[in-house]
Amino acid sequence: MMRNVYLDNNATTMVAPEVVDAMLPFLREHYGNPSSMHSFGGGVMGPIEAARKSVAALVGAQSPSEIIFTSCGTEADNTAILSALQTQPDKNHVITSRVEHPAVRSLLQSLTRRGYLVTEVPVDGAGLLDPSDVERAITAATALITVMAANNETGVVHPIRELGAIARRNGVLMHTDAVQLVGKERLRVDELNVDFLAMSGHKIHAPKGVGALWVRRGTRFRPFVIGGHQERGRRGGTEAVPNIVALGKAAELALEHLEDEQVRVRRLRDRLESGLMEAIPRVKLNGSSAQRLPNTSNLSFEHVEGEAILLMMSDLGIAASSGSACTSGSLEPSHVLRAMGVSYTFAHGSIRFSLSRYTTDEDIDYVLEKMPGIIARLRQISPFWTGPVE
Amino acid sequence: MAWDYNEKVKELYRNPKNVGLIDGADGVGEVGSIVCGDAMKLSLKVDPETEVIEDAKFQTFGCGSAIASSTALTELIIGKTVDEALKITNRDIVEYLGGLPAEKMHCSVMGREALEAAVADYRGLKVVHEEEDPDSQMVCHCFGVTSKKIERAIRENNLRTVEEITNYTKAGGGCGSCIDELEQILESVKKELSVSAPTASAEPRKKLTTLQKIKLIEETIEKEIRPELMKDGGDITLLDVDGQNVVVQFMGRCMGCQAAAYTLAGVQEKLREMVSPDLVVTVGNE
Repeated sequence: MMRNVYLDNNATTMVAPEVVDAMLPFLREHYGNPSSMHSFGGGVMGPIEAARKSVAALVGAQSPSEIIFTSCGTEADNTAILSALQTQPDKNHVITSRVEHPAVRSLLQSLTRRGYLVTEVPVDGAGLLDPSDVERAITAATALITVMAANNETGVVHPIRELGAIARRNGVLMHTDAVQLVGKERLRVDELNVDFLAMSGHKIHAPKGVGALWVRRGTRFRPFVIGGHQERGRRGGTEAVPNIVALGKAAELALEHLEDEQVRVRRLRDRLESGLMEAIPRVKLNGSSAQRLPNTSNLSFEHVEGEAILLMMSDLGIAASSGSACTSGSLEPSHVLRAMGVSYTFAHGSIRFSLSRYTTDEDIDYVLEKMPGIIARLRQISPFWTGPVE
Repeated sequence: MAWDYNEKVKELYRNPKNVGLIDGADGVGEVGSIVCGDAMKLSLKVDPETEVIEDAKFQTFGCGSAIASSTALTELIIGKTVDEALKITNRDIVEYLGGLPAEKMHCSVMGREALEAAVADYRGLKVVHEEEDPDSQMVCHCFGVTSKKIERAIRENNLRTVEEITNYTKAGGGCGSCIDELEQILESVKKELSVSAPTASAEPRKKLTTLQKIKLIEETIEKEIRPELMKDGGDITLLDVDGQNVVVQFMGRCMGCQAAAYTLAGVQEKLREMVSPDLVVTVGNE
């Protein structure tokens, strides 16, 4: 029996049916511009503010006014980093990790061409960084520390609270890209000691095209998108009302399902992981097993190539992703796995399984049934595989 | 990244043909490495009398297009003599597959290299690793790509940009520090190609006598068309010229192959360009 099993939720998620229902009226009837004086516009300001409250609740913000809606997670990251640099023109140094998402990594690379200095703190074989490395990297010129809360490829969770404390102690601003963590772990930004936190809608069952940036109250701020007075002058551009309402609903649902994510999804993930490692020889887990999001498992199948695995999985209706060179669109395997020192024989054969609250026991059974055959077939073709095929 | 593979490529990575290692193979070639992300081991069984490749099997580590290219190579060479097989270029592999995404062209190049290595092994030649070749130097250290391999890819595939070089050879796809060097190689090969390319005559066409026309057609086929076809293991002869109708016959690999229609169109285009724009070329039998 062919099934469709979607295990690529760190890439994007299904829009929750409740979210679709919540946003539809704002596509069909309530199309007014919130800035307008007439009744068409007046009707949509309330729902935007309600959404702001829901998002604030999801990240544990003190006040909804600390939430700025953006078009995506990348815009939120860019806004935070550029604001931190513009408000401190006398400083030109940023500290980050080697395993950041391109939303942060590529921006910082481009800033180095504009005279900024960037220190990339290494991670160990488990993908974990040492906070003392971050502290040692701080100089008088350091404007910002930006480290992701959880890694998209491995699910490894970084010690943001500890890093935030270091930043605060040294008078340095701190941003965290929490796109993968939000909705999967309970979060109280107040306790994190950070100044900025970025999140994205489509990773938590809202549609693509909406994200949010939390900015601690009192933090000096410069807008990234400059235009009208929207978002209290912190982000120009007419509010994407349906998307914002959708993000609000998705945030509400994420909070309701946090327990489920922590318990049920983790159990499914663990069953998938241990099942695959038992059934298939030479499989390795990439990233810390303990310090990890409950939904992510990044496994390497030695001596086979990730894209070939994905193509065969896809033929059987299973969706996941890979850190192999062929799938990255570049010729090098994932920078995250390389930063962790994962050998090429394993890095090229890495598959990321990422679950969601819609993943079922039957889904996991199906994947456990199909994967051993796929790996065996590819190992039969591989010139490097010398072990038993089955 | 989702690649846009055609049905033929999909079919061949789902159901690869000629997988394995021939016991007591007459020649074995290994290219690529696990570090580079793709690698291929090709083994050949060759008839010692006729030098016909009786069997070919492969083992490949790589993506879908690498597996499909490996099947294509083995299908193309089985039944050919070793010399005929060596005329196969990466373009033949791409053609067999009905095309590959631009970024995946290096998979077809790997197939051709594996064949060369296997034939060298069969003939008892020491495989000259390009990195040891005094005429060649390492350009891309990330993927171990030499100047010789890059120059060859540019010539055989008429590459025009550094991006294309990366697609065909992987050179420049890692740290990017060799991009300047790639540009220099590209420029020098381009220059060399433009010198050797026939200069198109700018003179206005004069009315040709029938005799002159036949002579010019013969010349064009001999000098322009045959060498191109022979590169791919094919050949062509002129059977007849009747007014504006030119009748030709294909031989060798061109005969009955999928590309025959394309080849015919190419021949007609060339003859129209060089002789007369009214010519119609058809295939005839003796």
